[in-house]
Amino acid sequence: MSKDLSDVIGRVIPAPENFLSPEKLEDARKARRSFMGKALAMGAGVAASAGVATRAMAAEGEEAILKMPEHTTGLGQAVAIEDGYGKPSKWETNLRRRQSPGLTRVDQASVSFTPLQGLFGIITPSGLHFERHHQGWWDIDPSKHRLMVNGLVKRQRVFTMDDLMRLPSVSRIHFIECGANSATEWGNVAVPTVQYTHGMVSCSEFTGVLLSTLLEMCGYDKKAAKYVLAEGADGSSMTRTIDIERAMDDCIVAWAMNGEMLRPENGYPLRLVVPGIQGVSWVKYLRRIEVGDQKYATKDEAVHYIDHMPDGTHRQYTGIQETKSVITTPSGSQTLLDKGYYNVTGLAWSGRGSIKRVDVSVDGGRNWRTARIEGPVLPKAMTRFNIDWVWDGKPAILQSRAIDSTGYVQPKINQLRAVRGTKSVYHQNAIQSWLVSENGEVSNVQVY
Amino acid sequence: MKSIFKLSTKAVVLSAALSALSIGSALAQTAPWHNMGRDATSAEVKAWDIDVRPDFKGLPAGAGSVSQGEAVWEVKCASCHGSFGESNEVFTPIIGGTTKDDIKNGRVKGLEEGKSISPQKTTIMKVATVSTIWDYINRAMPWNAPKTLTTNEVYGVTAYLLSLAEIVPSDFTLSDKNIAEVQKRMPNRNGMVFYEPLWKVNGKGDVKNVACMKNCEIDPTVHSSLPAFARDAHGNIAEQNRVIGPVRGADTTKPAPTAPVGTGPAPKAVVVAAAPSGDAAVKGMLAANACTACHGVKSKIVGPGFNEIAAKYKGKADAESYLTGKIKAGGSGVWGAVPMPAQDQLKDADAKAIAKWIVDGAK
Repeated sequence: MSKDLSDVIGRVIPAPENFLSPEKLEDARKARRSFMGKALAMGAGVAASAGVATRAMAAEGEEAILKMPEHTTGLGQAVAIEDGYGKPSKWETNLRRRQSPGLTRVDQASVSFTPLQGLFGIITPSGLHFERHHQGWWDIDPSKHRLMVNGLVKRQRVFTMDDLMRLPSVSRIHFIECGANSATEWGNVAVPTVQYTHGMVSCSEFTGVLLSTLLEMCGYDKKAAKYVLAEGADGSSMTRTIDIERAMDDCIVAWAMNGEMLRPENGYPLRLVVPGIQGVSWVKYLRRIEVGDQKYATKDEAVHYIDHMPDGTHRQYTGIQETKSVITTPSGSQTLLDKGYYNVTGLAWSGRGSIKRVDVSVDGGRNWRTARIEGPVLPKAMTRFNIDWVWDGKPAILQSRAIDSTGYVQPKINQLRAVRGTKSVYHQNAIQSWLVSENGEVSNVQVY
Repeated sequence: MKSIFKLSTKAVVLSAALSALSIGSALAQTAPWHNMGRDATSAEVKAWDIDVRPDFKGLPAGAGSVSQGEAVWEVKCASCHGSFGESNEVFTPIIGGTTKDDIKNGRVKGLEEGKSISPQKTTIMKVATVSTIWDYINRAMPWNAPKTLTTNEVYGVTAYLLSLAEIVPSDFTLSDKNIAEVQKRMPNRNGMVFYEPLWKVNGKGDVKNVACMKNCEIDPTVHSSLPAFARDAHGNIAEQNRVIGPVRGADTTKPAPTAPVGTGPAPKAVVVAAAPSGDAAVKGMLAANACTACHGVKSKIVGPGFNEIAAKYKGKADAESYLTGKIKAGGSGVWGAVPMPAQDQLKDADAKAIAKWIVDGAK
């Protein structure tokens, strides 16, 4: 097999033996009299000088240690209260939410993707939480925000934020994934990095009152109630149908995310949390819950977020985000610094329960090893996995495959296509492949 | 405190007496937070309970003709959706791709593999329920002024769209009385399937993989990879990764290196500077005043992109004052026939700030 694979993937032209780039030759000439220059001239230091070329080192040691920098010898800055809210280091500005060029025409009905390639653990920093707006976002005065519960209830009620925040609350960690996450991968590879292939997923701790608490308080009709409709207060007044079992199970009417109030672009001051279900159901700026006995066929469950099947039908109300995983480092359009050891790391999640196991392959799915799961392992939450890998510098194809607590195994893209065709946009949870080329660059490929 | 206690005791007795309803509800009624919130008034419920279900529960009485709808459409909808709902400029097209046979059969043939008669899927090809169209126009349209249409205007605009799709004749008047008849002509009314396993959390799913561990069967072909021309389509990836750690972002402004890893120059680490905050203020104004509904920062939408305006007036001495005036007054003819409405709500200082931002390059 490895012969077949390398035939196909060994497309990178290897450099001739003893090759040095013109820049490298110039470096070597300049440094001839130095310690490293001597090593280079002898041909022994090529590899050492490349991936880590910035670590120029004199014979007696490294400047970073031997010469004391300003931050060690000077006075530091005053408490960081310029605007009273801390920000990431200026060295971290590359990790940002970004749009995918050409994906949407209007910024108010658009997406910004979470930079999964640079995140750690399972919690998404609130400022990097992905965004999806249908009609722009608002920063609503919380003292004027109201939640109404109406329909098949004994008491149609109105709650202020004061009322809601006095109720018994829960804090739970859950992932939220847009139903269209990884949509581009239904067809051919179109986007370079994990930010754009998988960045419409985030994971946070949400705090709020259980929806079941509110429905009990309002005396919902246990015999007749089959569904609830959740509705937003913004211009789009997003509406989604949720079945009553789900509503009474683990849905949260949430005001907080990661220890502070929700960010405005994520629904401040109130949003619905529907664990395991696609993000469109997590209605932002939540203003109304209606208890009913029929599905509502709202725009986003009758025109969008429906699965186009090969026979021309559409599956409606397919909201579960099934088991999925992706390697975040190394991932698309990253470049490895050198051969040798890597801690391959990634994320796994399931809308049906918790992650039981993640396997990783470095040979395009021929052989698999089980990864280490880093705690915590929580239901309907991101789970971090790691696995050791020593790269020999030859082309390799990295994949991860998650298995959840129901025993469901994350499928390959051809298995998904065999059932659902290629016209679908939503609910693409296939195994992702990253090709590591001999030049160290990683690229998005489809291998199954 | 005493009275609350009395009330909840009474509620328990009442609910126990009425029926053997679940214990949960009795518990909730005794819960100390039971009376948090207040009853909604009927006017409040009426104001917010606007949803219309497929069985037309919630649909207010009213009527609107195709021609009344067309008049509204030309003023409030056509700039985004095209005069005939066909436009792909801003949103995906609404109308197109359905036939008389589809209306007869209730299934859109063009949704079958290889049978499409339109360049892309339109709304009318997919939507099975006419209630969806009515409800969505009523709650969310027009795009930059949702919920401003009257009930009769919503009927009219819905009728106009239905006539474009030849579901109703051009002299039709749609009303709460005849909408159920129209439902029977929706081209894709039989095209939806409810697939419960992907609706229920405890469902089983429809695609099966097995967790093979050794010598698994694979097709050792790279079936798809990022085309070389798309290497830089998402910007320089070196600027989208951390500058420390086991990896860097590839410098996608250059072709991929040809040398094996460790033999070429080390990947350059670049830190992108944060955007100046002055621009953020202007961009906030552009969004708040719905300017960006029609003008992209880097692209034409309905009107010209801000970058295009910046390029046109670059170096012109009076550009700032000229543009300040144009922003306030609107007009048509400079960039095409679609008129830009006057922006009376915009403060002069804000109009000036936007004009200055454009003259400075609109970045």
